[in-house]
Amino acid sequence: MEIILAIIIGAAFGAVLDRIGAANPNWIVGMLTLRRLHLMKTILLAIGTGSILMFGGQMLGFVDVGHMSVKSAYVGVFIGGLLLGAGWAASGYCPGTGVCAAASGRRDALFFIVGGLLGAAAYMATYPAWKATGLLDEIAGGKVTLGTVPGSAYEGVLSLSGDILGIALGAVFVLVAFVLPDSLIATGEKVGVAAE
Amino acid sequence: MTLNWKVGGVLLGLVFFGAVLLVKPIGVSTQFVILDGIIADTVNSEFVTQTDDGYSSSNAYMAKSNGKYAKYVSNPLNYSFVFVLAMAAGAFLSVKARGGLERGEGKLPMIWRENYGDTPWARNLVALLGGFVVLYGARLAGGCTSGHMMSGMMQTALSGYIFAAGAFAAAIPTAMLIYRKG
Repeated sequence: MEIILAIIIGAAFGAVLDRIGAANPNWIVGMLTLRRLHLMKTILLAIGTGSILMFGGQMLGFVDVGHMSVKSAYVGVFIGGLLLGAGWAASGYCPGTGVCAAASGRRDALFFIVGGLLGAAAYMATYPAWKATGLLDEIAGGKVTLGTVPGSAYEGVLSLSGDILGIALGAVFVLVAFVLPDSLIATGEKVGVAAE
Repeated sequence: MTLNWKVGGVLLGLVFFGAVLLVKPIGVSTQFVILDGIIADTVNSEFVTQTDDGYSSSNAYMAKSNGKYAKYVSNPLNYSFVFVLAMAAGAFLSVKARGGLERGEGKLPMIWRENYGDTPWARNLVALLGGFVVLYGARLAGGCTSGHMMSGMMQTALSGYIFAAGAFAAAIPTAMLIYRKG
């Protein structure tokens, strides 16, 4: 049964990533250069929608709180985020969208996947060195949510109700998606031509 | 071609919600490690070994958390690995259904051509190096754009916010430096 769900949810995820432009480096780079924020608005709305539905469903009792899976906080999360961000901007792909792009016939994405497999292997080889630095040690409680979610296995940073905070933050994500302009800087073409 | 952000955002949000409702939050980057493990175990069958109470590996990362990853390498037909294969199939079918990739995109994305001309090998090298840094970073962070940023922030995970802060702090200046046009 789980495998059937993997196929259905996975295929839906891949199809939606394609349709929103997330597997297209032109849209990713447009977002990261702040020239075309369409994809940013899509992602913010998605996080907000997911959050409101999940926490709302948990409050109403039809979403199993046990399905939550919160990752540890440690300094390496930030360092890893910096690395991923740099590679994401240069290539226009992240792990999921790179796989989708390769499947849809983008040749450069195949190179991204080969690089990714080598990068993951390099991390496997260097993991003990990172572990020894202490940068993988948990900070701020490790696996924590911002509020305290009733019935969950995770501690909250704040004692506020995690459900209500989750819905409120979800609403903030939705609101930001709506107020964010289509572009934060003049379109690149004109800037580029003028600079030359 | 690309969906209006309101429609696309709600659809993507429904997928993330559906995943957590039915199984667990979405994540992808771990499966690069699992595929590496499968390859390593094919080359050297001693890479992943069965123990009395599960699986282990000669690699410390593969063996951590009581051999969780080693177990997945031994059983590739698990939820998360099949999820990534299905994701690739879903993207493939979606592109086919909308009449294929835009012209020329298979060889080079437009944004690259506008900045660096018709230089596919330079582009492929950047994609290769980018992939290396992305997956190295994702494994150091313990997740990627899907697991940390989307699933994590959706669940109000502190780690998701830390990750997103790092990712955008590096991504925005990098993108502005490399892609000055387009």
